Amino acid sequence: MIRLTGIERVFVVGGEEVHALRAVDLEIRQGEYLSIMGPSGSGKSTLLNVVGLLDRPNAGTYALDDRDVTGLGEDELARVRREKIGFVFQFFHLVPRLTAAQNIALPMVLAGIAPGERAPRLELLLREYGLEDRAHHRPDQLSGGQCQRVAIARAMSMRPSVILADEPTGNLDRHTGQEVMAVLERLHEAGGTLVVVTHDGELGARAHRRLRMVDGKIVGDEHLRGEHAAAR
Amino acid sequence: MRPTDHLGFAWQVVSGSRGRTALILLAMGIGVAAVVLVSTLGEGARRYVLDQFGSLGTNLVIVLPGRSETAGVNPGFIIGKTPRDLTLDDALALGRSHAVKLIAPLIVGTGDVRWGAKLRESPILGSTAELLPVRHMGLAQGVFLPPGDPHHAQPVCVIGATVREEIFGAQPALGEWLRIGDRRFRVIGVMARQGVSFGVNTDEVVMVPLVAAQALFNTESLFRILIEAKSRDQVVAAKEDAIEILRERHEGERDVTVITQDAVLATFDRILRALTLAVGGIAAISLAVAGILIMNVMLIAVTQRRREIGLLKALGATGGQIRLSFFTEAVLLALGGAALGLAVGKLGQLFIGQLYPQIPFAAPWWALVAAPLTAVVTAALFTVAPAARAARLDPVAALSRR
Repeated sequence: MIRLTGIERVFVVGGEEVHALRAVDLEIRQGEYLSIMGPSGSGKSTLLNVVGLLDRPNAGTYALDDRDVTGLGEDELARVRREKIGFVFQFFHLVPRLTAAQNIALPMVLAGIAPGERAPRLELLLREYGLEDRAHHRPDQLSGGQCQRVAIARAMSMRPSVILADEPTGNLDRHTGQEVMAVLERLHEAGGTLVVVTHDGELGARAHRRLRMVDGKIVGDEHLRGEHAAAR
Repeated sequence: MRPTDHLGFAWQVVSGSRGRTALILLAMGIGVAAVVLVSTLGEGARRYVLDQFGSLGTNLVIVLPGRSETAGVNPGFIIGKTPRDLTLDDALALGRSHAVKLIAPLIVGTGDVRWGAKLRESPILGSTAELLPVRHMGLAQGVFLPPGDPHHAQPVCVIGATVREEIFGAQPALGEWLRIGDRRFRVIGVMARQGVSFGVNTDEVVMVPLVAAQALFNTESLFRILIEAKSRDQVVAAKEDAIEILRERHEGERDVTVITQDAVLATFDRILRALTLAVGGIAAISLAVAGILIMNVMLIAVTQRRREIGLLKALGATGGQIRLSFFTEAVLLALGGAALGLAVGKLGQLFIGQLYPQIPFAAPWWALVAAPLTAVVTAALFTVAPAARAARLDPVAALSRR
């Protein structure tokens, strides 16, 4: 459960104030599948970063699972991110010197989970995302689709309740993009909250709830009740 | 994050960029090796000097005629008196002291030593049987000067190893008669080879009984009195007793100089230790330079790994974890460099040991501890700024840049 109230985010660029988010109110329930669309600079990535606790709003409050996380310290934010949020990026952001398996295990390593406990979870993730035979390959030996699957497996390794994807298919060809979306949607079907930021109208249309943003404001919020209900 | 995971992560970084790692290891290695080598040289010199003193014998107290003043002139000089001679009876009187174990009076001169047609000029040492234990010397053949009343001398002598070689060659020396000046001495012993100690090469001397030397050089005056104290604690007592006894015998005038081996030893020890520390400290500057190199490399690493740091933060790494990962990396590099430096230092020590086998080169323990420790501490210290910069990095900005 995510509840944003009166969120403002202002950047100062070259002495001028740019309002990336203006008075955004948003409530996302657990298990929703939501897409955020809009032109470049409309604030959709900023919104995602605020929801993902990577960015702090200048004003407004943010409650995550009924806990106010607006005023938390850096370390506490890192802990919440680790446990509740999984990120998937357009450029995958895999660590190039680590193998696929090591990349996937990274959040568990950061969380201080014992190697003995990590191993079976890693095994499961590799199998689930079809990466068993790629476990010991480095990112430069993987295809784009495989890289993104590694990134998704990594995002899922701490079993977060919210998955945030910023243009997850932006760097993939159409076919691979479809595959990756299917993987992400499986997560949603398993009960996770899925938020996807995209340019692509077709991809955005797959979501059950579609937000449109322009100039830092939410200008459209479309629910497809039936499908949503069916998914639950 | 677990310590082993931190280590593993740092290991991945270090082994991933070989060129960079090699460069830092080289810089750190040179620094540590320099400290170890330079202090090894200093320590070698110190031990060499101490060994030289040690070869004089431990618990040694030396009495010299005349009083050396650090300031002003000898009072005897003003009233027209030269210092009184030290005599054999002076030496024997020192036996009254309870702190004294052995007394060896000494006369030194030069004389022509002849055997048949062979002639050699040689330092002549006149002393008593006590000289052997006091100076910790060893015999190769025969016996040393006979004990007994030092006022009566037998016509015998003990020769150094070089003297024996040059005069007798391969022929047996024991029992032969040597002519020194206008007297004849029977060779009863040959000294073991001792080498040079403080300018006197004992291999080249001929030792005769004290009274014989007095007659040879036509003098009553002793060159030195060597005293061995009963123990190390008794050295000071022996020194004070010697001064007191000789003053009584010299009509209340203190006209001898008494030095203890301990005092001389301690002075040399202090000087050489300070010297070693000083040059070691200078070498340690190269470690600081290596530390600055680490800082530069780490600052570059923070810039190069912006995206990775941003990602780690997005995945839930705290600022502390990011900082610690950089420290682990720096310390790992420093430890590697230190190990390399210690190895190179050891090799260098073996090498110079081959060049100068007579000097006992050994790295002092404090250098072996301080050099790696300094390497690690400077590495950690110089990583504070880069690590802080990494920990402060804004994840959104770090991730958004391609």
